[in-house]
Amino acid sequence: MSHLRADLRQRAEEVLALYPRPRSAMLPLLHLVQEQDGYVSTEGIAEVAALTGTTPAEVRGTASFYDMFHLAPVGRYVVGVCTNIACLLAGGVEMLEHAGAATGCAVGATSDDRLFTLEETECLADCDRAPCVQVNHRYVRTTTPEAFTELVNDLRAGARGAEIPPHGTLARVRRVAPAPVEPERLASERAAANRAREQRSATESA
Amino acid sequence: MATLDAPLIVSSRREHADAHTLARYLATGGYDALRKALTMFPEQVAAEVDTASLLGRGGAGFPAGRKWSMLRKAPISYLVVNGDESEPATFKDHYLIECDPHQLVEGVVIAAYALQVTQVFIFVRGEFALGLERVQQAVNDAYEYGAIGREILGSAFSVDVVVHPGAGAYICGEETALIEALEGKRGFPRIKPPFFPAVNGLYGEPTVVNNVETMSNLPWIVLHGGAAFAALGAGRSTGTRLFALAGRVRNPGVYEVEMVKNTFRDLIFDPRLGGGTIDDRPVTAFIPGGVSAPWFGPELLDVPLGQDEVAEKGSMLGSGSIVVMDDTTCPVRAAWRITRFFARETCGQCTPCREGSGWLERVLFRIESGEGRDDDLDLLLDLSDNISPGLAWPPQQTTICVLGPSIPSSIHSAIDMFRDDFVAHVATRGCPHE
Repeated sequence: MSHLRADLRQRAEEVLALYPRPRSAMLPLLHLVQEQDGYVSTEGIAEVAALTGTTPAEVRGTASFYDMFHLAPVGRYVVGVCTNIACLLAGGVEMLEHAGAATGCAVGATSDDRLFTLEETECLADCDRAPCVQVNHRYVRTTTPEAFTELVNDLRAGARGAEIPPHGTLARVRRVAPAPVEPERLASERAAANRAREQRSATESA
Repeated sequence: MATLDAPLIVSSRREHADAHTLARYLATGGYDALRKALTMFPEQVAAEVDTASLLGRGGAGFPAGRKWSMLRKAPISYLVVNGDESEPATFKDHYLIECDPHQLVEGVVIAAYALQVTQVFIFVRGEFALGLERVQQAVNDAYEYGAIGREILGSAFSVDVVVHPGAGAYICGEETALIEALEGKRGFPRIKPPFFPAVNGLYGEPTVVNNVETMSNLPWIVLHGGAAFAALGAGRSTGTRLFALAGRVRNPGVYEVEMVKNTFRDLIFDPRLGGGTIDDRPVTAFIPGGVSAPWFGPELLDVPLGQDEVAEKGSMLGSGSIVVMDDTTCPVRAAWRITRFFARETCGQCTPCREGSGWLERVLFRIESGEGRDDDLDLLLDLSDNISPGLAWPPQQTTICVLGPSIPSSIHSAIDMFRDDFVAHVATRGCPHE
């Protein structure tokens, strides 16, 4: 019995087919678990381990290395406010304080209504619109406290759902392409290309 | 005034809101370069890149042509594209990934053809949710168009491109850590030697890792020739480059300018570019190439934007990100925040980096918050010296990767340039800028 619901299980199998070795699908599969459960759940870890041919300990040990994977439940909206150098010079720390008041979260904590989790992030590579704020890894570009408050009100009212989907960075990423070419066929084509190349260089040096 | 007569090589579609679509890409000459490349021998394509002397745009500035030719002896198994842009204040790959993904895909397929690689992975930073969508869409479109897949565009060459998401770890920008992440592991940089993934890369096989901007230059180079690219810029720094300008400037943004022909002053002050500082306040310092780079003072504003030109003055052009500080910026706070970044992002394998970053961060924090002690400056320099002996530039290596030895750069710069500020913090038990 799969822990992942049918559509996600289907996507997980599509992802696995893209890699020469199943363990390479670890990060995308963990994103899929997070899309369903909102965090990297124990059941999700077991399923990723089975899919990638690893143990649950290896999956958890890998997931815990990466900032985007939450090993405990978080709010529906994870708000990330950057305070790194470019944002620091543009009021990032003040924005983080404001975000704490507006969402009712301490940094690193989840609000009582479980709607928000607030994170102080490192650089999010959007420094020309500093201070940078992401919600569920979508750039919201609220560079003033007023704009941020408006955003929080919208989210509380259930608006902007289309713009900011729930967790799962890959929620709207789907490969619509044929399966990769069979490795054996690629190997034989590459061998042919290398032979042709050797012949060319032999001709040139002759 | 900046010299802006060079062609836009990687940002020519920046005025188009739909630049990420296949329709716009095709309407602006898209995939013409790939068609041309496929009529050439792979070695000829590689030779054009060599002639262009395109320096890698990721940060280390290693010549892309040389990276490729080192491998020419053995067949290469994989091409991996590094789109894990995470160096603080660097946001030029973010622009290329989100706004011109087909240019990236075309460059990637050209590189795959030149290297005769049939399997490509484009590693996109996990926090780029929209970027992942755009690149995957571009790959899907390119498949349908026939530019990826079996016997592309009627040639005998087949290639597959997989978009791989990261999950939030600065260290994965280091190419061997990136490979580990692509193998589904923790992003631990690999022990060197071998120094290059060309020898031992993905699954232990020969692998080329190139940056997003490097790849995005290839369509232009193929269409116009390596010589036309090399005619731009000067010395070792050829072509144009994307600079990410941030901090205390009026118009922060990503700007493509010709290398060497322009200076930091041009970039920061030209009204068509940075437009000067906010409220015309004086520049007190600027970071010339990402937070791993030593800072420059205002007396170096006229240094040209070139790799060797910046190196000669004791820093690096690195990832092409420039952060401007003015007289409202507290240098202690700036150095502390940069150091805290390293303390958070150290992977923890090597003691100097793991322990040193945390100690430095805590000492800087207590100075900034008014708890500094008289000998803290010496302590900072001594700790830094333990991470990278001699505090030289380029730094001495004590660790598996370059993250650790990069930590002292900003601290050393800040103490060198703003010693009085540090002393004032300790003497007045607080931050004089607040």
